[in-house]
Amino acid sequence: MQVQPYGPTPRHVETFSYLPPMTPERLRQQITYLIESGWSPAIEHTEPEKSMSNFWYLWGLPFFGERSVDRVLAELDACHRANPGHHVRLLGYDNFQQSQGTAFIVHRAGSR
Amino acid sequence: MAQSNGQSNGKGYQAGVKNYADNYWTPDYVPLDTDLLACFKVVAQEGVPREEAAAAVAAESSTGTWTTVWTDLLTDLDYYKGRAYRIEPVKGDPSGAFFAFVAYPMDLFEEGSVVNVLTSLVGNVFGFKALRSLRLEDIRFPVAYVKTCGGPPNGIQVERDRLGKYGRPLLGCTIKPKLGLSAKNYGRAVYECLRGGLDFTKDDENINSQPFMRWNHRFEFVMEAVHKATAETGEKKGHYLNVTSATPEEMYKRAEFAKSLGAPIIMHDFFTAGFTANTGLANWCRENGMLLHIHRAMHAVVDRNPMHGIHFRVLTKCLRLSGGDHLHSGTVVGKLEGDREATLGWIDLMREAFVPENRKRGIFFDQDWASMPGVMPVASGGIHVWHMPALVAIFGDDACLQFGGGTLGHPWGNASGAHANRVALEACVEARNQGRQVEREGREILTEAARHSPELAIAMETWKEIKFEFDTVDKITA
Repeated sequence: MQVQPYGPTPRHVETFSYLPPMTPERLRQQITYLIESGWSPAIEHTEPEKSMSNFWYLWGLPFFGERSVDRVLAELDACHRANPGHHVRLLGYDNFQQSQGTAFIVHRAGSR
Repeated sequence: MAQSNGQSNGKGYQAGVKNYADNYWTPDYVPLDTDLLACFKVVAQEGVPREEAAAAVAAESSTGTWTTVWTDLLTDLDYYKGRAYRIEPVKGDPSGAFFAFVAYPMDLFEEGSVVNVLTSLVGNVFGFKALRSLRLEDIRFPVAYVKTCGGPPNGIQVERDRLGKYGRPLLGCTIKPKLGLSAKNYGRAVYECLRGGLDFTKDDENINSQPFMRWNHRFEFVMEAVHKATAETGEKKGHYLNVTSATPEEMYKRAEFAKSLGAPIIMHDFFTAGFTANTGLANWCRENGMLLHIHRAMHAVVDRNPMHGIHFRVLTKCLRLSGGDHLHSGTVVGKLEGDREATLGWIDLMREAFVPENRKRGIFFDQDWASMPGVMPVASGGIHVWHMPALVAIFGDDACLQFGGGTLGHPWGNASGAHANRVALEACVEARNQGRQVEREGREILTEAARHSPELAIAMETWKEIKFEFDTVDKITA
């Protein structure tokens, strides 16, 4: 009988964390979707052991009105370089729903 | 036919019977914003004029009875009566069915009580001899009435914030076999699903507290599984602990125990348990920060027959007012009945703040929800990975997709089944965000994703031939 190996449960970090790590091209497409949806991009980061908290560290303020995918990419990169051991995720604040339209990990601590 | 209104036009009390239409058919009436409006599909007995039948429905569901009574003259019946104000033919129906629109003054109903509204609107009148059949198609609740109801204890946005899950539908699984597992074995099935990548698992509706697995044992083992899977995966997990019970006292006892174990969500069967129990439990959940998942056993008994009963969109509205954070909606694509346009209609009624009249989706009235939180639709019943593209396209992000057999039936077990579904879900969401047509390109999207996921590849192989293609019994006729 064919079975899957039963090792330790892998840790995950919500949306898209079951897909292969984002390539630059795929990341670009998701940022474009976020901006086209009318949401405000924002970046959060945290130590992996604190990832269950609702409140990660904000990287500056959300980028209200930002339309440039490149600027968002640059900020993600800057956040990652300043916090190399941290998870870094991108969110889209939806002020109409008063929630987040999306949120997904971009730099996963220990993986890249 | 008989009627009730002893309104005397200044001529004093006259005993006897009059035509219902004399008092209750008011084609010139312009409904008020504060009126509760209802649309019925009526088939009258032979020889009964439509106006008379519509008026009889209005009378018997409001102030009327079969004869004049002197006490009618002690009140202002012109204020309190329901009014049939419009009749429309049902397109393409050979049985002579027609839609009757009735306006009820809001003061006929107790505030915050869908129980009272239903007792009036679908009470005696459904057994009325002069009608061959009767179906309540839709209700427009006035905003003033909506504001008297508690509604969902948390709503979609609060649920997402509590769980920290954004930008995708949630994933669930009903534990099977439905009946017969011991509490510890049941907890094992839960643990495997959650560690594999699901957000939720669910008690099947008929799991309450049977001799093979008492409720408190189930709650303890399941919550250990939930906490362990949460700690291991780093994602928040839950299991819908079914607190539906024989008595309200027992229901609250089980809810309290679930809370004491740190459960984030409990479950209730609103229709078999009844709206009184449901509204009470929703209030308890609001006060205790508990999510409330609602099952709908028995709904098809009253909502599936296209000519008689209550349409599911009405039950949906009543449940949103009574309170629930999740409600089963059907899948369109799975094993259970559900026309696509009609389903989209009642999904809107669950989630949106304002739903305009849309006859193509069977919605007869504008419905303003006045900032009442939304209910998350739950798609469940005979779905598997091949349905994922269609489900993402139909439901969007604010839904919970539940794969029971489609998780547990995976050849490598629950964790692999859960993993396969999660990969398929995220692949479809990513593709949608890239602007791809996920339904049309579903096969390619899943096939690409399966290259990185052996769990998904074997799931696609296992269920490639399963379809549920039967015609819908209840078609939109509006």
